Amino acid sequence: MHYAIRRILGIIPVLFFTWTIVFGVIQLIPGDPVNLMLAGVPASAEVRENERRRLGLDRPIIERYVTFLGRALRGDLGESYRSRQPVSKMISEQASSTLQLAAGGLAVGLTVGLLLGMLAGLMPNTWVDTLCMLVALAGVSLPSFWIGMMLIYVFGMTLAWVPIVGSGFSALILPSITVGLFVAGGFARLVRSSIIDAMGQDYIRTARAKGLSRFSIAFKHALRNALIPPVTLLGIQIAVLIGGAVVTENVFARPGLGTMLVEAVLNKDLPLVQALVVYTTAAYVIINLVVDLLYGLIDPRVQAGRS
Amino acid sequence: METIVSATNPQANIAEIPRSARGWQFVRRFAHHPGALVGVFVLLVLIVAAILAPYIAPFDPTETDVGARLSAPDAMHWLGADLHGRDIYSRIVWGGRYSLAVGIATVLLALVIGSSIGIFLGYVGGRVDAIGSRLIDVLLGFPSVVMAILVVVVLGVGLVNVVIAVAIAQVPRFARVVRSAVLVTKEQLYVDAARAIGASGWRIMARHLLPNVVPTLIVLGTLNLGEAILSTATLSFLGLGAQPPTPEWGAMLNDGRDYMRYAPWMMFFPGLALFLAVMSVNLIGDRLSQLLDPRARQR
Repeated sequence: MHYAIRRILGIIPVLFFTWTIVFGVIQLIPGDPVNLMLAGVPASAEVRENERRRLGLDRPIIERYVTFLGRALRGDLGESYRSRQPVSKMISEQASSTLQLAAGGLAVGLTVGLLLGMLAGLMPNTWVDTLCMLVALAGVSLPSFWIGMMLIYVFGMTLAWVPIVGSGFSALILPSITVGLFVAGGFARLVRSSIIDAMGQDYIRTARAKGLSRFSIAFKHALRNALIPPVTLLGIQIAVLIGGAVVTENVFARPGLGTMLVEAVLNKDLPLVQALVVYTTAAYVIINLVVDLLYGLIDPRVQAGRS
Repeated sequence: METIVSATNPQANIAEIPRSARGWQFVRRFAHHPGALVGVFVLLVLIVAAILAPYIAPFDPTETDVGARLSAPDAMHWLGADLHGRDIYSRIVWGGRYSLAVGIATVLLALVIGSSIGIFLGYVGGRVDAIGSRLIDVLLGFPSVVMAILVVVVLGVGLVNVVIAVAIAQVPRFARVVRSAVLVTKEQLYVDAARAIGASGWRIMARHLLPNVVPTLIVLGTLNLGEAILSTATLSFLGLGAQPPTPEWGAMLNDGRDYMRYAPWMMFFPGLALFLAVMSVNLIGDRLSQLLDPRARQR
């Protein structure tokens, strides 16, 4: 229990640091925010001054920083320069599309990664191992925007098996594969080394001495223990998923947070960029926390070891 | 090559082996893995092609030719032509100069900054190190694409800024690994000895700690090079990096996406070049980490 409380309290300085960096970086962006907001529309000095006051830009930087932290905590980070809508509303509208893609990508990635990793780990240093690891390495080496386009060309255009645009399940298949291949590559390597480690343990020798079948040893004894370490690294995969979503949404012209981020950057829509980064990092930190706590529940040694 | 082997495993009796044999032995062990050899071969072909671009590219990479618009691969345009009739083969060969150089520059920048920070934190220790490593942990928490995009917002769109952006996103990785390597190394007797004869902190860091983390840096640098090539190309693909008519591979893929149905070669070949470059770097990095990283070697 102490472990959980300490871990939960531990994310406060992390979020504080992260948001401070985001705030600082946004301040570094050249150009007057009022100009960006007015987007080239001519305006009198008075209008500009009002706008400046309304955005709180006339306040000292320390005050703006404190206000920013408070508003970030409350989930209210102002309105978009472009659409004049509250950014939190815009983000929550697009979030589900990105979450679907992330879930699809994770599902494909874990399935393929587990399969490759298990095959390789149970038959180390054979041609099967070499082949599986080559495929895994190709997975992390493939530019996702390229493989996305190839999938569109082959399965969407030439064979016309799946729709290229749309929002249903079938439109999610190719984007999920695109994101998933990258996740699979890294995951397969983790699973492989974890299985090889587990197969060298004493309890496996015991199981073998008892005369159990290879199948039973591999699946009932080795795998169960071997899967814990890779699962804890799932939190790290979230960063991969976020990066994958930015590119994949762009290639498939899917709406979502990734598309929104790239557009916001190109339009210099600072409140939107700021909010997207603040919430992505918060999500990343919190998901990692949850994974860590779950790990503690699965494996009591973790709690003992860390506290 | 010699320093690499001796530095990874100072305890081994390699001092007895002649230096030339050690380097040769390392090459032979490296070459024992067919994948790594293929990686070296493919990467060499790509690099040599990029260097010899003016001699082996049949066309000027930015020269337009209305008559050849979107023409399929044939005897004249081996890999086809793009929307403006520019020869894709020539653009890919020239593009290697951008894509590969940008990737290498990115890693070198991240490596120099990151390892300086890592050596400094590891050697100084104490409160500075505690705060510094905490900050590194936080920075590692940023998804690197998001971090790079954020830097591009500040610096503006362009290839040089993309190099800086991706390098900044990679700095914490180098800093963290080098810091922990230095923590171990600085307890060695010869560091005490150097201090005893009055060597300054800077001298110890530069002459005694740095050479010992070189193997780690080589492995880490190679492993990050693939990602650097990929990330910089990704940013160019998103329109944040190389701008037209620069024949950068990511930007070429961006050009090709709208003509996928009519001219799939516009996106196929630049992507293939990018994939081959990243895959070969990763094959080499994998083999190097097997040979140089003691933990991986035990597996």
